[in-house]
Amino acid sequence: MTSIYKKILQVLFLATLPLTVLADWGLNMREGVTPISQKVYDMHMVSLWVVTIIGIVVFGIMFWSIFHHRKSRGVKPAKFSHSTTVEIIWTAIPLLIIIGLAIPATKLLIEMDDTSDTALTVKAVGYQWKWKYEYLEDDLTIYSNLDEKSVELSQRVDSVNPMEHPDYLLDVDEPLVLPTNTKIRILTTANDVIHAWWVPDLGWKRDAIPGFINDNWTMINEPGTYRGQCAEICGKGHGYMPIVVKAVSMDEYKTWVAEKKQEQVAAAEASSKEMSMEELMTKGEAVYKANCLACHQANGEGVQGVFPAIAGSQLATKPENLQAHITQIIYGKNLMPAFGEQLNDGDIASVVTYTRNAFGNDTGDVVQAADVAAERK
Amino acid sequence: MSTVAHEHDHHHAPTGLKRWIFSTNHKDIGTLYLIFSLMMFFIGGAMAMIIRAELFQPGLQFVDPQFYNSMVTVHALIMIFGAVMPAGVGLANWMIPLMIGAPDMALPRMNNMSFWILPFGFALLISTLFMNGGGPAGGWTMYPPLVLQLGDAFPFLIFTVHILGVSSIMGAINIIATVFNMRAPGMTLMKMPLFVWTWVITAFLLIASLPVLAGAVTMLLTDKYFGTSFFNAAGGGDPVLFQHIFWFFGHPEVYILALPAFGIVSTIIPTFARKPLFGYASMVYATASIAILSFFVWAHHMFTVGMPIKGELFFMYATMLIAVPTGVKVFNWMATMWRGAMTFEAPMLFSIAFVILFTIGGFSGLMLGITPVDFQYHDTYFVVAHFHYVLLTGAVFSLMAAAYYWLPKWTGYMYDEKLAKIHFWLSTIAANVLFFPQHFLGLAGMPRRIPDYNIVFADFNMISSIGGFAYGISQLLFVYIVIKCALGGKKAKAQAWEGAKGLEWTVPSPAPFHTFETPPKLTKSMLEN
Ligand SMILES: [Cu+2]
Repeated sequence: MTSIYKKILQVLFLATLPLTVLADWGLNMREGVTPISQKVYDMHMVSLWVVTIIGIVVFGIMFWSIFHHRKSRGVKPAKFSHSTTVEIIWTAIPLLIIIGLAIPATKLLIEMDDTSDTALTVKAVGYQWKWKYEYLEDDLTIYSNLDEKSVELSQRVDSVNPMEHPDYLLDVDEPLVLPTNTKIRILTTANDVIHAWWVPDLGWKRDAIPGFINDNWTMINEPGTYRGQCAEICGKGHGYMPIVVKAVSMDEYKTWVAEKKQEQVAAAEASSKEMSMEELMTKGEAVYKANCLACHQANGEGVQGVFPAIAGSQLATKPENLQAHITQIIYGKNLMPAFGEQLNDGDIASVVTYTRNAFGNDTGDVVQAADVAAERK
Repeated sequence: MSTVAHEHDHHHAPTGLKRWIFSTNHKDIGTLYLIFSLMMFFIGGAMAMIIRAELFQPGLQFVDPQFYNSMVTVHALIMIFGAVMPAGVGLANWMIPLMIGAPDMALPRMNNMSFWILPFGFALLISTLFMNGGGPAGGWTMYPPLVLQLGDAFPFLIFTVHILGVSSIMGAINIIATVFNMRAPGMTLMKMPLFVWTWVITAFLLIASLPVLAGAVTMLLTDKYFGTSFFNAAGGGDPVLFQHIFWFFGHPEVYILALPAFGIVSTIIPTFARKPLFGYASMVYATASIAILSFFVWAHHMFTVGMPIKGELFFMYATMLIAVPTGVKVFNWMATMWRGAMTFEAPMLFSIAFVILFTIGGFSGLMLGITPVDFQYHDTYFVVAHFHYVLLTGAVFSLMAAAYYWLPKWTGYMYDEKLAKIHFWLSTIAANVLFFPQHFLGLAGMPRRIPDYNIVFADFNMISSIGGFAYGISQLLFVYIVIKCALGGKKAKAQAWEGAKGLEWTVPSPAPFHTFETPPKLTKSMLEN
């Protein structure tokens, strides 16, 4: 009962929101922050006005007719049933209107299609359910997961309130950092199923298709953070793989790349070190939340028939399966992707330790980075 | 109907359950189709209520994302293949023989079979929701590779599609055979009622497009179980190939749902405007043009897959071109109303709402057809709003109009006009509260098929959900009105509506079990178009 009561309260709270977030009420397409997004917005407005005017004229005539040509006003029906002249006119006018729309649309499409002379290339790879970004020139790869706070708030429990988080489901742990005023080539592809990479402020979306690479470009004028989401249904976590672009100046971008690389080297070194049980459990929980929770759930129970449970499973509890447990994470199995490439030895060691001791598994097993390294071919 | 005395007692209809199971009578089979589609409308509607309940506010309250996805998927499959298509076939069964002066459908036994495999098809589909791994959850479009991740339900999904396809193809063959062979003497093709015309063209669309869908889903089946790689890039295939094949079926499918609606509205507006349909010949040609064009625009559903620019331009131009014949239709309805003597009974109200709201769906359709802007609209709630304007306030509203229009002919009683008007206003207001805000959601950046969303989308989603619940509840009123009408009320005359034209109004109400056993003599006024 209390939960229903709480829901009613939440609803009442929500009902007062229109006043507070009125400014945020998006009614129209965003103009965005690139030359293309501005042109797309203009094209949208032109077509919107065209159909609005046609609508006003056609519906206006209809309503005039509805009010005046009704039997209750004693009118006698006319007998006419065709008029070649009128029919030719109302075939020709729409034809002219669509030609008028098609010309600027064609020009814009050709401009969007031109991916020549880009200064930087980023490959965005869709995974169930995260994005991998490869900076091809800078030889840097990052993974972009839903942020931890959104993960917590998106659980189906009464104790959470997604209203607390302004960027709920629109925030990630590692944003895609891009330089401003630079023509950037963005390649989209996918690892498992079809996804779509979409940031409304950049003015377009494009499918990310396994086995194929799509070619796109953008040039961001204003520094800032721009948020979007995966736009092609890609399974259970489709609503939970946002895209965040952080646009900074070229200098800041270069500094960021250098720092990120150092950070990755340091993390790889640190991860190969031996850790205490406590350290492994803390780190393992974080790795689990970012990579495993979407399928295996917060309680490790999985989803019946789709995603196997970890709690009490043979793989995560039987000592003879320890090796198989590690290799399954590295190389994947069935629907489970291979994590060997995106997680380092320490990450995998900690998440194996965590899953063998959390959810009531309590095996007491401790796995170190060296154990994982031994399983890598 | 079974109580009506027959002139010929050699055609005794069986009674009870047997009458319905073994029926080869077009009226009984029409009734079965209509009742079945109404049941499916409520099952699919219940799934829509689950969707709107989950989207009422941010956060997960009622269902898990996987189940949410299967609700989205199965809702669409049931509404398209279980509610709207069978309702159209039901109307065709009931009305086409009556409209063209034929004693029955040309292939009555096949007619029985094409209906009775439907309940099995849908039982199969709904049973998948209880299978290991859950029901289909990759969207009704069944795109690989995602659809191949489905659990035990996968082969059942494919088999369901095959069964529904077989049923529809048989129905289409029957309609074509009936119309081409069984018209009363004097009823030339260009004298046929427009409803018959739209259905003949629809039947050709069905025959041309459904085998393509059957082929596509069979390729999915062999990809999953027999090691082929039609749609698997790792094996030399292409996942986008499926989308091309699917939408080669899928776009004509949209017109399979819409063309009979055009026919219904073109029948009802002249009746209540008491004035002949404006531009009959151009209506026929526009319908045929739309049908032909519908085979050349499929890729506008997939502008974002990364086609060569020449392909994108071709499909953009072809798509925009459809606005021309569609515009002709809307203008013709407008001109039919112009200087008529209109009254506004429920069928007319639903028809006028159809013209306006379907046109709004057409406007957003034109916007979606402009490729560079579609890169923003694609796969957002703007698209959801667009196709629900076309399919709900379009196709479903026309079906409601048809039900009210022909109920007196079916039952022999007039329905309760006052309640029907209440049903109309509730439905129209609720449907707009439900779907209009979804345009804003899409433009603001909300993708479709997501179970949860950011706070910026909260307000419009709540409004949309309230509209959804109101629409759902209002449809119960429709069931009450239909049952009430079937049980009794004011007796309907043979010509139930003052301005109605056509052969169906020359037979008594309710229409006797057998009609036109000898072909009717057509008078000149009957053949006026
Ligand atoms: Cu995705």
